[in-house]
Amino acid sequence: MTAGVVVRADAVIRRFGSFTAVDTVSMHVEPGEVVGLLGANGAGKTTLIRMLLGLITTTAGDVEVLGGPPDRAHRRRLGYVPQNLGLYRDLTVSENLAFIAESFGATRPTIPDDLRRYADVLVGAMPLGAQRQAAFVAALSHQPEALLLDEPTSGVDALSRAALWDTIRAQSDHGVGVLVTTHYMQEAQQCDRLLLMSDGRLVAQGSEADIIGSTRALAVHTDDWATTFAALNDAGAPVILDGRAVRVADTGPDELQRVLDAAGIHATITPVPATIEERMLVLARAASPS
Amino acid sequence: MTYGVRSVTVSFGDLRALDDVTVEVAPGSIVAVVGGDGAGKTTLLRTLVREIRPDRGEATAPPKTDIGFLPASSGSWASLTVAQNLDFAGGVFGLNGEALARRRDLLLAGAGLTRAADRLASQLSGGMRRKLGFCMAIVGDPALLVLDEPSTGVDPVSRIDLWRLVSEAAAAGTAVIMSTTYLDEAERAAHLVVLDAGDILVQGPYDSVRADFPGTVTESDIQVRPEWSWRRGRQRHEYWPDGDPPTHLDVVDPDLEDIVIALSLVRRNRVGAAS
Repeated sequence: MTAGVVVRADAVIRRFGSFTAVDTVSMHVEPGEVVGLLGANGAGKTTLIRMLLGLITTTAGDVEVLGGPPDRAHRRRLGYVPQNLGLYRDLTVSENLAFIAESFGATRPTIPDDLRRYADVLVGAMPLGAQRQAAFVAALSHQPEALLLDEPTSGVDALSRAALWDTIRAQSDHGVGVLVTTHYMQEAQQCDRLLLMSDGRLVAQGSEADIIGSTRALAVHTDDWATTFAALNDAGAPVILDGRAVRVADTGPDELQRVLDAAGIHATITPVPATIEERMLVLARAASPS
Repeated sequence: MTYGVRSVTVSFGDLRALDDVTVEVAPGSIVAVVGGDGAGKTTLLRTLVREIRPDRGEATAPPKTDIGFLPASSGSWASLTVAQNLDFAGGVFGLNGEALARRRDLLLAGAGLTRAADRLASQLSGGMRRKLGFCMAIVGDPALLVLDEPSTGVDPVSRIDLWRLVSEAAAAGTAVIMSTTYLDEAERAAHLVVLDAGDILVQGPYDSVRADFPGTVTESDIQVRPEWSWRRGRQRHEYWPDGDPPTHLDVVDPDLEDIVIALSLVRRNRVGAAS
């Protein structure tokens, strides 16, 4: 057993035919740590998670879960909340929890106060926020030592999202290691450490600043955002409309100035901190130039 | 012409889905309606496009032929190809022949879907399917574009691409209103509307929403007042509606996430106190 690690992938490769979905990825999650896994569709996040869960095998490299292989004995010490929640929609919350407790040989969990009014309601008839909360209660019922969460707060309001993060943080405070995939950049900021995958490879890891790396962004302010946006967009620059300003990623100020001059646009150009999304945009454009 | 809904109330049985809601959508701008499941976003958009008749209040929108609408469901037909879907939608708006072919090719190229033109919609990724839905909504070059959660569940790179398409439409003068569950999209819109259980928590340009936010948000690693507290990473943020936090707490500049949570707590604590 590797001390102090709840899940680990060591130079893991997974191929499907001639397609390499995960290419030599090494990563780990420590107890009490919340690690965010980021990447566009097809980056390899889901394949990596499925290997960590032992649902598919690796083509090469090793996966370790709580000190052993991802077999049944080790898997039962994991908690997993899939994107589709993994609850029976035509059973009530109580029935779902009873069924899951039975499968794990665990005692039935207490339903938290704010979920109690749904105890006898069919999961399919509940608001999404309550469904997600119920899925958490289910995943935590056997007191797992590691949690794998796939898009845990997708589609819910800010308050429900905050409540779910309270639950996640309460677990990590008690030493549970958490791996979260997310498309939500504010959610990425909730994590202690981030991993960014692109094209099957792990391309950056660490803090938000480490993920952004050397990506640069410029804000362009003009009287007429529409003309400015159209000119830069037509020139093929990676532009993002931001209120009444236009942001441009990974483009030098001189190059930007040339495009603006050519279009006869007077503008103020200001360097601004780049975002994780801009790093991902730059990576995606490098992977498939259009 | 500015479109929108004025003092609109909509009920479904006992459920008040919208309660006296007013939202304006000006040409050449993007309005983002943000909120969770059940907030009333879809009801608001469907009232605007006159699919729902409000109990009170009124909707101002152009004729149906001048509205592009992407519903929250896929918005395309799974068993048709990308090109067939777009041709069908174009036909509904009276496009045919050369004009339709030109419009189709232009939209597919803009959305990065040219190489997928002959693929069945059922075989597209989530992001590509929403982009197809967007193209179908805009094929008739509408004056008002209404998009119901174009980006939910879509990966970040596709979301940026969708945002670029939406921005292009607004830059060309279209009035755009879209719903989203992502606060970062609301931050980038010209005008954001935060809905919670049928009520508007706050609306305006992001800068004004920040400037007008009352009270103070503090950050600490301990919980001082549980009913006004939420997690941000390893820290806790807490809201002081009257702006009177103890001096030993660090005051932070709240972002939209903080603002929406704080205003939701005000509403919940008020509703809780009243019942």
